[in-house]
Amino acid sequence: MSLQQTKQTLLALGLITGSLMLSAYSVTAQAQSPQEKGLAIAIEADKRDTGFGDSTVDMEMVLRNQYGEETKRVMRNKTLEQDKDGDKALIVFDNPRDVKGTAFLSFTHKSGPDDQWLYLPALKRVKRIASSNKSGPFMGSEFAFEDISSQEVEKYTYTYLRDEVVNGENHFVIERDPVDPKSGYSKQVAWLDTKEYRVKKVDFYDRKGDLLKTLTVSGYQQYLDKFWRANTWEMINHQTGKATVLNFEQYQFNNGLNDRDFNKNSLARAK
Amino acid sequence: MNSFFKVSQRVRQLTITIASVLALGHASANEFTTELGFETQWFSKPPVHEEQTRHNASASLKLDYYHDWDDGNKRVAFTGFARIDANDSERTHGDIRELYYWQAFDNDIEIYAGIRHVFWGVTETRHLVDVINQTDAVENIDGEDKLGQPMVSLLMERDWGTLEAFALIGFRERTFAGIDGRLRPSLPINQDDALYQSSAEQEHIDWALRWSHVIGDWDVGLSHFSGTSRDPLFIPQIEPATGAITSLTPYYEQIEQTGLEVQATKGAMLWKLEAISIAHKDAGRNTAFVGGFEYTLYGIQDTAIDLGLLVEYQFDDRSGIRETTSQNDLALGMRYAFNDVAGTEVLAAMSIDLDDQSRFYSIEASRRINNDWSIAAEARIFSNTDTQSPAFALRDDDYLQIELTRFF
Repeated sequence: MSLQQTKQTLLALGLITGSLMLSAYSVTAQAQSPQEKGLAIAIEADKRDTGFGDSTVDMEMVLRNQYGEETKRVMRNKTLEQDKDGDKALIVFDNPRDVKGTAFLSFTHKSGPDDQWLYLPALKRVKRIASSNKSGPFMGSEFAFEDISSQEVEKYTYTYLRDEVVNGENHFVIERDPVDPKSGYSKQVAWLDTKEYRVKKVDFYDRKGDLLKTLTVSGYQQYLDKFWRANTWEMINHQTGKATVLNFEQYQFNNGLNDRDFNKNSLARAK
Repeated sequence: MNSFFKVSQRVRQLTITIASVLALGHASANEFTTELGFETQWFSKPPVHEEQTRHNASASLKLDYYHDWDDGNKRVAFTGFARIDANDSERTHGDIRELYYWQAFDNDIEIYAGIRHVFWGVTETRHLVDVINQTDAVENIDGEDKLGQPMVSLLMERDWGTLEAFALIGFRERTFAGIDGRLRPSLPINQDDALYQSSAEQEHIDWALRWSHVIGDWDVGLSHFSGTSRDPLFIPQIEPATGAITSLTPYYEQIEQTGLEVQATKGAMLWKLEAISIAHKDAGRNTAFVGGFEYTLYGIQDTAIDLGLLVEYQFDDRSGIRETTSQNDLALGMRYAFNDVAGTEVLAAMSIDLDDQSRFYSIEASRRINNDWSIAAEARIFSNTDTQSPAFALRDDDYLQIELTRFF
C-alpha cells in the first residue's frame, strides 16, 4: 500500500471508529455494513425479549381456506426460557376434539434439529418424533413449525435493507436468510418498529424465491414493564389463498415453571 | 376377577354419572370428555365355524374425567369404557381403564394410587417391554387396547433419570372373543376358568421397576417385572372319551422379565429397539427383541405429505406352548401424514414370517370429519398362513373395519 493509500485508510478507520464511538448504542450508525446493521438489529430485538423466564398463554388458531370456510384449533402453551439455548415449550391441544389431550414438547436449539416428543392420550404413549421437518405445516395451518418455534438470532443471517414508515411509525426493514438448508424459505423480509424492535410484518419467500406468505403481527401489549407480546398473528398464503389467524389470550408470566415441567413425565401428565 | 360386567348395568351407571356431573355444573368443560364409537366389521370370507357370523357391528362409549387442585399438585382421574357387540357376548364388555389419585411432593417425588394405564416402549410393530397392563384382546388383535391395572406406584425424578416403582395389586385376565366372535383361535377359550401357577392366583401382588432417561438424542429405559405373566399359555382340555381337544384353558405363569428400550433420534431417522429376557418359574429363560428404524421423507414431491418408512425385525425364541407369532418376522410399513386440515393419516404395513412365509397385511387410515366427528378404517388380511402357525386360526378372517366416533 502507498503512503497516500495508508493515510486514506487511516483516515477512514478514524472516521469509522469515531462514528462508532459516538453511536455505540445506536444502530443507525452510517458506517456499519448492511450485514452488521441487520445483525445488530436482530441482536437488539432478541435482547429486549430476554429474561422473561417463563410464560403461559391460551392460543386459538382459526384456519381459513380460499372459500372463506373456517376451522378452529384451541391449545395452551407453556414456555420456559433457557440460559444458553432456545426455549422449551409444551403445547396441549383442546380442540379439535379428536386430538384433545394430545400434547407436544419441544426443546428448541440454537443450531441443529429441535428435540420433540408427542404424547398420545389414547395409548398413554410418549413418543420422541423426528424433528427435522421445520417447513411442514403446524396442525394443517399456514404456520410452519419453524414459524412458531422460538426465534433464535443464530438461525438466520441478516441484511439491513432500509428504514420505512408504515402507519405513521418508523420501521427497520431487514432481510433474514435461514441458516438451515431444510428451511422452507429462501429468505424472509421483516419489518421491526424502531421504537421497541417489535416484529410487525414478515414476508416469506419460498425456495424458488417467490413470495409465499405474509405474517402481520398486531395487538402488542407490554408485560412486566418490559416484554412485548402480540395478541394476533395473521398468516396469509398468497399462493393458495388460505390464511391462518393465531389469537393469544391471557399471557401470564412468573408462573414458577422449571425444567421438571418440561420433560417426558410432565408431558405424559399434560391434560 | 373377570373383566366382564353386565353391560346394560354398566352403561346405565355411566349414563347416570355423565348426567349428574353435567348437572353439577362446576366441573369445567375441559375436564370432561366423552367418545361414542360406532364400529362395523365386514369379513371377506364366510366364517370357519358355524357359530360365527359373516359381519359384525358394535357401539362403544368412553368417558374421561379429571380434576386438578392444589396448584396442580393433586389430581383425580377416571376413564371408563364399555362396548356392546351385536354378535359376540364376550366382546360386549366394560372396564374401568383408569381411576386413580395422584399427588406430587417436594423433592420431585410423585405417588399414584388406583387403577391406571401405563405404557412403556419405543417400537411400532410389536410391544415387548409394555408389561404393566393386561391386553383387552377382544377389542382388537393388535393388542393396543389395555385393561386398567390397580396399583400403587412411586415416581422419582433426578438428574440421572426417572425411577418408577410399582406394586401391582390384583391381576386382570385377558379378554378373548367368544365362540360367536370372529378373530379367535379355532378352539373356544375357557375364559372364566383360568388357571394360575401361583396359589395366590389373582391376589398375587406383582412388582415392577423402571428407570428411564433422555441423554441427548437417546431415549432409554430399563425395567424389571416380577410376578404373574400377562400373556397366558393355553392348556388344551381333552375330552376323555374321544381324546380330542375340545377347548383351551388360559394358564398364567410366574415370570421375571427384564426389559430394555432404546431410541436414537437422528434428524429424520429414528432407530428403535426393545429387548426382553424372560425367566419362567420352573421353565427356563427366553429372549425376544424387536428393532429397526423409521425414516421420514418430508413434503414428498412438493406436497405437504410426509412419508415415514418403517422397518422392524422381530425375534422371539419362545417355543412349544409359549410360541408367539413373532419368532422370526420382518415388518415393513409406510406411514403417510397428509398434514391437511382434517389430519388425514394412513399406515400401510406388512409382516412376513421368515420361517413359514405366512403374511399379514394391514392398512389403517383415519381423518377428522369436523370438530365433533372423526372416522377411522382398518383392513387386515391374513395370507398364506401355515397350518402350524397360531395365525392359521385367522386364515379366513380378513376384515375391513370402519369406526365412526362422535366426541362430546
